[in-house]
Amino acid sequence: MAEMAGKGENPEVLFWVGCAGSFDDRYKAVTQAFVKILNKVGVSFAVLGPEEACTGDPARRAGNEFLFQMQAVANIQVMNGYDIKKVVTACPHCFNTIKNEYPALGGNYQVIHHSQFLQQLINDGKIALKGGGGFKGKKITFHDSCFLGRANNVYEAPRDVIKALDVELVEMKRCKTKGLCCGAGGAQMFKEPEPGKKDINVERTEEALATGASTIAVGCPFCLTMMTDGVKNKEKETEVKVYDLAEMIARDMGI
Amino acid sequence: MSFLPQLIFLIILGAASFFLIKRVKFLRRNILLGRPEERNDQPGTRWRTMLLVAFGQQKMFKRFIPAFLHFFVYVGFLVINLEVLEFVLDGIFGTHRLFAPYLGGAYLAAMNFFEFLAVTVLISCVIFLIRRNVVKVPRFVKSEMKGWPSMDANIILVIEIVLMIAILKMNAADQILAERGVGHYVVVGHLFFSNLLHPLFDSFSSGFLVFVERAAWWFHIVGILAFAIYVTYSKHLHIFLAFPNTWYTRLKPKGEMENMPAVTNEVNMMLGIPVDAPTDPVAEIGRFGAKDINDLSWINVLNAYSCTECGRCTAECPANLTGKKLSPRKIMMDVRDRTEEVGKSLDAGGKGLEDGKSLLGDYITKEELNACTSCNACVEACPVNIDPLAIILEMRRYVAMEESGTPAQWNAMFQNMETSFAPWKFSPADRFNWAEKVKEEEIAD
Repeated sequence: MAEMAGKGENPEVLFWVGCAGSFDDRYKAVTQAFVKILNKVGVSFAVLGPEEACTGDPARRAGNEFLFQMQAVANIQVMNGYDIKKVVTACPHCFNTIKNEYPALGGNYQVIHHSQFLQQLINDGKIALKGGGGFKGKKITFHDSCFLGRANNVYEAPRDVIKALDVELVEMKRCKTKGLCCGAGGAQMFKEPEPGKKDINVERTEEALATGASTIAVGCPFCLTMMTDGVKNKEKETEVKVYDLAEMIARDMGI
Repeated sequence: MSFLPQLIFLIILGAASFFLIKRVKFLRRNILLGRPEERNDQPGTRWRTMLLVAFGQQKMFKRFIPAFLHFFVYVGFLVINLEVLEFVLDGIFGTHRLFAPYLGGAYLAAMNFFEFLAVTVLISCVIFLIRRNVVKVPRFVKSEMKGWPSMDANIILVIEIVLMIAILKMNAADQILAERGVGHYVVVGHLFFSNLLHPLFDSFSSGFLVFVERAAWWFHIVGILAFAIYVTYSKHLHIFLAFPNTWYTRLKPKGEMENMPAVTNEVNMMLGIPVDAPTDPVAEIGRFGAKDINDLSWINVLNAYSCTECGRCTAECPANLTGKKLSPRKIMMDVRDRTEEVGKSLDAGGKGLEDGKSLLGDYITKEELNACTSCNACVEACPVNIDPLAIILEMRRYVAMEESGTPAQWNAMFQNMETSFAPWKFSPADRFNWAEKVKEEEIAD
């Protein structure tokens, strides 16, 4: 972003990469896939790079409001400094925080999730799907992220993106408003679960496997980790894959 | 002599009203132990939410069978109360079936409809008792339901069954007497359901039937008044509080947490950003987050009193489903029980909130709070729009900011965020490293 601003350019949209998108070895592939799609389609976008900091979501949900606001106010200063108007992110937690919680701290942007962005590109015919990912005709199930679904009522955009791949979308028993959490929300990602009978991601993975789908599609970095671990726990990693929506679209496009 | 029943009725009615008003004042004061919060924006949306969710029972229908049965009990409650109006007026004026002469055929139709509802309420309540005590639907037998909560539910169902039987019995005896032309009894017409009971009573003398009819009448009206008072001690308060509770629904996106302006001011000062309004320096900030019920909003407390312990929240909670201690229903019950404790103590001239106990610790443990994934399943599931998550998150704020009592792994996450601006320990300079692979591939192309 700094580079573009230096040249006096203003991108159409800021891609908010997020911490998982920047650092998580598995999830970096999602960032790369999404960027490749944006490049292919020719969207004018920028990223903040080293100027981006955690939105503060896990700190806020763990109760540390000071830390959350320190992160948030710093991020808002950077974004307002670049006069950012529109933000797209692949992370529903970043999406929720920037969209719903930054306005109270002076950060007002149009925020969209990458599933909505991809849906728009597909609807506008800007993404030419080639059927190259080997998904065509396959059974695919979509795991709703709580922070995209119940928290923000986005249920259809990710499903439309999946359907565009000409696949058989199968729903889990608990889906959409009744979707079961992967177990990582509310800062659970950053600690061991409390004592119990079972891990939440295993419960959810069992439900996903029961659909007979060969791919579990997700739209959230935490869900990706939790579901991948769940599939490993069930020793199904050779038959069943967990992918983010952007990876599926990029593979279909052959990029 | 003939005025004696009227006098007794008026005394009972007066006493019941007196107790009821006292109880309502107690509950109102308790709810207002929560801190003030203004939430009356978007009245149009609020009216619509109240009409759909409370009046229209929209969210009940996510589970069809209980919704269907509950709907009968609900409509029965609303409609049969119209008959109670006649009961009360008859009681005051010493009349009998006061409305019958004025309404004619409509009265017969109304009575048949009331009887139909009485039968459906009765059947529904029997099925509800079976679901709770024989089938043992899992959400009704969780640990927080042991003892009084289960007893409370059963008492309510039994009272409703008994009251409905009283109506049918009264109508049966009443109509046999009317057909026999006894005293002031009026022939209403063919009452389908109570007519089925006639063979049970036909053989009795008119004197005995008058006794049966009067006993049922008194039992029903005194029963209803007693029930009204009982409700104020019970989870059954939802029949009234569902309406204000849905009015005060949180209308923001479910994922949004309430901002803490006190913190914003401090953060802005630390970062050297001018604080817009010169905030009153002596204004007391109070605690960060919630330790006890007075730190919660009064709407959170209203939520707690509106909870009828159906457990749909707990049945959807991912933490509870996988055996963790957290149960959103228990959170609501704990808030209510602690409020009751404080309220009673205040009325007895006791220490109230200063009794050395608090919601956190004595009622709700950190283990429960720490198990929440903030997934909003409980909020979505509640048929009367209760928000257990708001309470959990407020209490987490207290634990983190006032007690520094968060789990060690969260403290490590906080530290990473402070030093490297990410919840994991990576160098902020490496944030853009992912781009190298994209660049390499593009060059290769």
